[in-house]
Formats: sequence, structure tokens, C-alpha cells
Amino acid sequence: MSTETIEKANDQIAEVKKPSEPLFSKKRRQLLSNPLDEDNPITIQVLGICSALAVTVALKPTFVMAVAVTAVLVLANVVISALRNTIPNRIRIIVQLVVVASLVAIVDQVLKAYSYDIWKELSVFIGLIITNCIVMGRLEAFALGNKPWDAFLDGLGNSFGYAWIILAIAFFRELFGSGKLFGFQVMPDGYIGNGVMMSPAGACLLLGVLIWIVRSRSGYVED
Amino acid sequence: MSKFNKNDNKYIISYAIIMTLVFGSVLAVVALALKPKQDAEVLLEKQNFILKAALGEKAMSTMSDEQITALYNETVKTVVVKADGVRVETEEASINVFKEYKKPKDVRELPVYKVYDQTDSSKIKAYVFPVYGKGLWDFIWGYVAVEADLKTLGGLVLDHKGETPGLGARITEQEVQNRFIGKEIFNANGELDAPHFQKGEGNTYEGAHKVDGLSGATITAKGVNNMLDDYLAMYKTFIKAQK
Repeated sequence: MSTETIEKANDQIAEVKKPSEPLFSKKRRQLLSNPLDEDNPITIQVLGICSALAVTVALKPTFVMAVAVTAVLVLANVVISALRNTIPNRIRIIVQLVVVASLVAIVDQVLKAYSYDIWKELSVFIGLIITNCIVMGRLEAFALGNKPWDAFLDGLGNSFGYAWIILAIAFFRELFGSGKLFGFQVMPDGYIGNGVMMSPAGACLLLGVLIWIVRSRSGYVED
Repeated sequence: MSKFNKNDNKYIISYAIIMTLVFGSVLAVVALALKPKQDAEVLLEKQNFILKAALGEKAMSTMSDEQITALYNETVKTVVVKADGVRVETEEASINVFKEYKKPKDVRELPVYKVYDQTDSSKIKAYVFPVYGKGLWDFIWGYVAVEADLKTLGGLVLDHKGETPGLGARITEQEVQNRFIGKEIFNANGELDAPHFQKGEGNTYEGAHKVDGLSGATITAKGVNNMLDDYLAMYKTFIKAQK
């Protein structure tokens, strides 16, 4: 084969090759924005409820929990997406669990070393991120079939969708339950905390109201 | 297409083995790298609790981690005793109160933290005794500070592993712990009579041995009572010998 024909062939290949999608194309921006509202993991898919009820007594631990879930979900999504062509289908759930469990163990250890007080408060729930349906759900539904950058955006979008809901619940629970925000007194002196808000039952009520508001705005109805 | 058959058993088994090795080693490296920092945090918490029991929460609230360690090293001296009051030569740092808790009472090695006055280093400000017990769901523990008169409870710091948030977990609240301050551990006859949480909450009690209780956390409160009884009984000989 002469060099000329090779060049020709190369030209043809280049023509066939589609231009790569822009880094923040419309489709990719939607990966980020949809889970915040229309496809929110908590209010629409009703996943990750356990931790949404358990850790939202105050804003500070909730914030750390949101950061921990973001770290785990984004990294797990990227790792699984990068490995997606090598993962044997028959053991894919096991592979996902190993990746998630390892990431959770690392987050747990890092928190213990650098944020000991919050680790003491959260360690049980950090461990439970492994079973957080949002993480496994995104790995199965998205990361296994998409490229790492898309999976990264999807992970980020879903964690933010999770984060804003639990932060909103924590805001009201801390405000009415203990009259504080991020540990600072905001209610006037002599305010008596609402005991229901301090218990998971209060979170359940708040979450119900929040789901109601979000769904009546978007008009979403369960099939 | 990948040149491997992904449904082949050999591929699956080697995939699983390699994956386990890779993630296992990553975890081991992370755990090893973070261990010193984690140990430092645990030690710092212990120093903080001991000083908080002896000096009160207000004195400690503005201190940085370095200041706490410096103050601890400057003012705290330790001895290790047994329930019969005899000193043993074990290093305090090597004692794990939880492991000792599982041993029979007469062989337990009990650390005592003598907190000296910061301005007058010959004057003892308080004796701090670690305590350990059972709450409702899991273990509870803490540090009891007995003032230099050897009968007044100067402070109490409590912590827990898994008590119910909002109920039993309230033993970590400063207001609850403050209820013990100024109570006495011996009665008029010199017998041990540790202050106890009473049933119900919102009452004021006369006398030096009753403490307003925790509504909704009866079993945790009883756990605290038993813990104080058990450990002060073991420390009694040591306390009496100091007079």
C-alpha cells in the first residue's frame, strides 16, 4: 500500500468520526440539572429516605453527610463507568458493591482523622451509604452504560439533588427543633424546642410536605 | 471488542481476585496512612474530657487543640491503682478502660488523673476518674472529677456509643452533665453514696445526692447511676487514702 492510499483512508476515517460532544452540551447540562428537580432521587424516585430521616437533626452533620455522599457517588460513578467494558455481567453487582464499600470505608477513615466529632455523630450512617439506594441505583442505571465524564456529571447532579433536600429538611428541623442554625442561636431566648422536630418522625412529616410541594409544582404523578 | 470472553469463568474469577487485591491494598494503605492522625484525635478527646471534668466547660470552650494538650501535659499527673487502692506500675497510656471493664473488678487497673492547679503546681485541683458502663443500646463512659476536698463532685463528662438521639443521647449535653456539679459522693457517715438521676424530669431536689432525671431515658439514666456506683466503689479505697 502506498502512503497516498493510507492518507486517503485516514481522511475517510476522520470524516466518519463524529465530532465529540461539547463538554457542557445541552444533554450534559441536563444530567446535572434534572436530578435537582424533575428527576430528584428523593422527592420523585423516593430513594435514600433512611439517611434523609436519620441525619437531618442539625445542619452541620447533614452537610458533612451530603459531602460524603457526593464524594462516594461521584467517585463510584466514575470508577464503574471507567471499568464498564471490563466488568463481567454476572458479577457486576458484586463489583459495584466492592467499589462503593471501599470508597465508603475511605471516607469513613478520612472523617475519623480530620473531623473526629462529626465522625462520632455520623459513623453509623456513613457506613450505611453503602446501602444507599441512590448510589447503587445510579451505578446500575447510568454508570454501567455511559462514559466517565457523563457519569461524573450524573453523580454530581444526583448528589446535589440529594443534598439540597436533606439540607432543607435539616434547616427546618434545627430551626424549630433547637432554635439554632449551624449551631448558632437564631430564635429568641426562651424558645422551647419542638420535640417532634428532633425525632425522625418530624423529619418524616417535613419530607412528606416537601415531596408534596415539589410534586405539585412539577405535576409529577406516580404511575 | 475486547479479546477476552467476559462470560468465561476464568475471566470472572481472575477479575474478582485482581479487584479484591487492588481495593484491599488501597484500603490498607489509607488506613495505615491515617492511623497516627486518628490516634492523635482520640488522645486529644481524652485530654479534653479530663480537663473539662476538672475545670468546667467554660474554661475549655475557647481553647485550641494545642492549648489543651499543653495544659494537659503541664497540669495532669497520672497514677494507676487497683480496687484495693494499691498502686501498680503500669503506664497510664497503655490502659484501655474498655478492656479493663471486661475484667473482674478486683483485677482491673484503674487510672487516676490528678489535675494540679495551673498557678500553684503543688495544689491538686481535682481527681479525675474514668468510668465505664452500659446504657440502653450500647456502652456509655465518662470522666468523674472529684474536687480536692475528696467528696464534692466537681464535674462529669459523659459520652456514649449508641444511645437514642434526643433521649438517652442527652447525657452528652452540657446542661445535663452540669446537674451533677456540686453534688457529693459520700454521705454524712462517710459511706459511698454517689449522686443519682431520679425518676422524672423538671424537679429540683434538696440534698447532695439526688439529680434531676432524664424524661424518656430511664434506662440510660440508670446506666449512668450504676456506672457511678460501680466505679466510685472501686476508687473508694484510693479516695479515702488521700485524706
